[in-house]
Amino acid sequence: MKEIKGFLDRNMRQYGMILALVTIMIFFGLVTKGKLIWPRNISMLIRQNAYVLILAIGMMLCILTGGNIDLSVGSLVALVSAMSGLMATTLGLPSWLAICLSMLTGLLAGMWQGFWIAVVKVPPFITTLAGMLVFRGLNNIILDGKTLPLSGLYTTIGTGSVPDIAPNTLPDFLRIGDLLKLQNKPDYLNVTMLIVGFVLSGLYLLYVLLNRKSKQARGYEVASLKSTIGKALLFFIIINICSYWLAMDEGLPILLILLAVLYAIYSFIASKTILGRHLYAMGGNIKAAELSGVNTKKMMFFVYSNMGLLAGIAAVVTAGRSMAASPNVGVNFELDAIGACFIGGASANGGVGTIWGAVVGAFIMGIMNNGMSIIGFDVFLQSLAKGMVVLLAVAFDMFSKSRSRLG
Amino acid sequence: MAEYMLEMRNITKEFPGVKALSDVTFKVKKGEIHALVGENGAGKSTLMNVLSGIHPYGSYSGTIVYKGEELRLKNIRDSEAAGIAIIHQELALSPYMTIAENIFLGNERAKHGIISWDETKTQAIRLMKMVGLEEKHSRQVKDLGVGKQQLVEIAKALSKNCELLILDEPTAALNDDDSDHLLALLETLNKKHNMTCILISHKLHELIRIAHNITILRDGRAIESLENTGQLIEGRIIKDMVGREITDRFPKRTPRIGEIGFEIKNWLVHDPLDEKRVVIDNVNMYFRKGEIVGLAGLMGAGRTELAMSVFGKAYGTKISGSLIKDGKRINPQNISQAIGHGIAYVTEDRKTAGLVHIMDIKSNITLANLRDVSRAAVVNEDEEMVVAKQYQKRLDIKAASVFQKAGNLSGGNQQKVVLSKWIFANPDVLILDEPTRGIDVGAKYEIYKIILKLAEAGKCLIIISSELPEILGITDRLYILNEGRVVGEMKTSEATQEDIMTTIIKSSSV
Repeated sequence: MKEIKGFLDRNMRQYGMILALVTIMIFFGLVTKGKLIWPRNISMLIRQNAYVLILAIGMMLCILTGGNIDLSVGSLVALVSAMSGLMATTLGLPSWLAICLSMLTGLLAGMWQGFWIAVVKVPPFITTLAGMLVFRGLNNIILDGKTLPLSGLYTTIGTGSVPDIAPNTLPDFLRIGDLLKLQNKPDYLNVTMLIVGFVLSGLYLLYVLLNRKSKQARGYEVASLKSTIGKALLFFIIINICSYWLAMDEGLPILLILLAVLYAIYSFIASKTILGRHLYAMGGNIKAAELSGVNTKKMMFFVYSNMGLLAGIAAVVTAGRSMAASPNVGVNFELDAIGACFIGGASANGGVGTIWGAVVGAFIMGIMNNGMSIIGFDVFLQSLAKGMVVLLAVAFDMFSKSRSRLG
Repeated sequence: MAEYMLEMRNITKEFPGVKALSDVTFKVKKGEIHALVGENGAGKSTLMNVLSGIHPYGSYSGTIVYKGEELRLKNIRDSEAAGIAIIHQELALSPYMTIAENIFLGNERAKHGIISWDETKTQAIRLMKMVGLEEKHSRQVKDLGVGKQQLVEIAKALSKNCELLILDEPTAALNDDDSDHLLALLETLNKKHNMTCILISHKLHELIRIAHNITILRDGRAIESLENTGQLIEGRIIKDMVGREITDRFPKRTPRIGEIGFEIKNWLVHDPLDEKRVVIDNVNMYFRKGEIVGLAGLMGAGRTELAMSVFGKAYGTKISGSLIKDGKRINPQNISQAIGHGIAYVTEDRKTAGLVHIMDIKSNITLANLRDVSRAAVVNEDEEMVVAKQYQKRLDIKAASVFQKAGNLSGGNQQKVVLSKWIFANPDVLILDEPTRGIDVGAKYEIYKIILKLAEAGKCLIIISSELPEILGITDRLYILNEGRVVGEMKTSEATQEDIMTTIIKSSSV
């Protein structure tokens, strides 16, 4: 019992977040009369808000170093979009090459900012404020105020799905969408999605069990078999429900694969590598970290370069989805990403926060974006509501922290 | 009938999982200096936080009677209004404001919200005279030494017409001169202005010098209150504090000293803020394996600066000279390289630079040597757990588990975590800067034992300490530094406190 309580105490933040996510989902599910959770809308939700998630992952790393944010990412998305338009449309490069060069542009822009922050020691707030203006300016210079169309690999990444390997082969009883009257379109089930979901979650289940066994064999401590299996099984079920849900629409969005890969990579970096540990240590106490041999200069350069790279990826995704490079893309993207991180439990002082938190925060942002659009709130009301949620999320965090301190 | 100015009756205060105070009764007479002593974690600070309203009424049980009336404090403002002022270990001054502005911060001399600078200045000068602070009132606080900042804090308390002044470890960061001055000041305030003081300190000789009564806390309980009868009660206080008699403050050992392991040659360091100023002036030192070498000197002698400049140039600019380890010249350019060469530096500034307080014990222990628990830059958390548990046991770190946040530990246990971190980094040269500062008697002894064990393992140990008895108690040989130069070297067995002080004073340039 005590063990469970200790575990809950340590992970309160994460469970609180998921609870918030589910609550908001149910709320919007109810007020949109179920429309929000239609398979169609769920895959829209993923596609439309992928940029928040990608940027929030990078932003989380910046915030971890000590509450530093990157104000320039929205403008950087605009700059990279413009570069995409320039290379793919004006210069006529093949779209795969244009995409690689676009991402390189993002990385270089990030390194540029990393240089000023890490080497010259200009505060990140100022550096990225300047970047915000500079990159937006460059976008307008490149595009000359015009919108350029994009196609090819761009649209595949932005809007495509993995093809159904065996369409219409599933027996009818598996199609419960009609029974539930989930959406106003004929029922369909994407086999690829179902298989991918089942195989991946199955592999995960297997990994958890094998990992536990090998740990045991090497004499490390392990959690009890019941809780390990329970958790893994729950995860297995949730993943399969989700994949079933998406299978009722077009199946597996290519974007979702990209997001999952990014999440896996960055979550691994943050929680398992020396680099990640150094980031947390630096945000927790920069002096102590430096005296323990953490190269804080390199860290700052890394997180801002990386933010540039991720902004580049977000730009490709955004441009692909709208099939165009336009002058006013990416406005306020930085605020969505920063908001997602703070909703997701990041500390404004640094050292606290997880990639998982950034993902959940991004989903909360996304659900609010789409939910309010479905209800028909105008942009201003949406902005007001998002602002209040960010404020209340952090206020709640502060409240629960001060309570635990007073005890 | 109000014989006591303050009576705290049956105070009990619990934190989640810990009973910080249980049924403590603490009484202070008007016009006395009352010392409060106890090991770290004994509950002294918690008791004073209750008294100053930081832990508000309702968060503890028991009653506080002050000047005949029950006090129910909601916050610090309430306690200040009642005439109670507390000066914490960490000074709460605003560095870029002047002395006068700091004295009246939060209590501005103003009419209708507009500050009267003439009044501020006049009153500030009066208060500064009272506390013996000889500075211009318009100097910025950041330019003052810790000793003088302490005086500003006291002046600030006086400006609020405080009648009961609480000082939490006021001399912990002061050198002997400044401590002396501060203690004399407290006596004067007490005699001339009838100020009642509660003094928390680890330095028993100070308490015995100025306190009228002494209350000892242990494990959240008041053990007893004694009248100060002079040197004789020191043993009894220590016994009360630790619950056992400590006959030897320092563990015994027979040193086994080997060959020279580390040398510093012609070491010259300049001030990073003023490149023309020499901070370390042509220092030459050698350290033998298994030997504990002390660096003695007053504050500002350059001991910390020397240590940090050696530790991968963590301090200083335009550094020249050479470092020789095991006969080979090494040239670490940053801290990471210094660690790689087997040098470790345990900072004097444990609170702000020793630990990452929001990380758990485990992550703090492995922070300086993550490589050893990683493969291809990926941390093996299971291996890390094994290491952390091993050190928790080996250094006897008192914590529920290695997942506990380092910030929630007592000072002694925090220091053990810091030491674990550096022992795990497996250095050959270990520099310990004020390793037992702010740590209670019992834990100090344990830290000394750890130091001796490291020496036995053949490492070069360098100890910087402002407490001469400590240097004399545990080192084999010592260097005396003054104004950035080595001004003396002696075998500890042949040295006395007087010798060291005389050497320092004779070598001073003014």
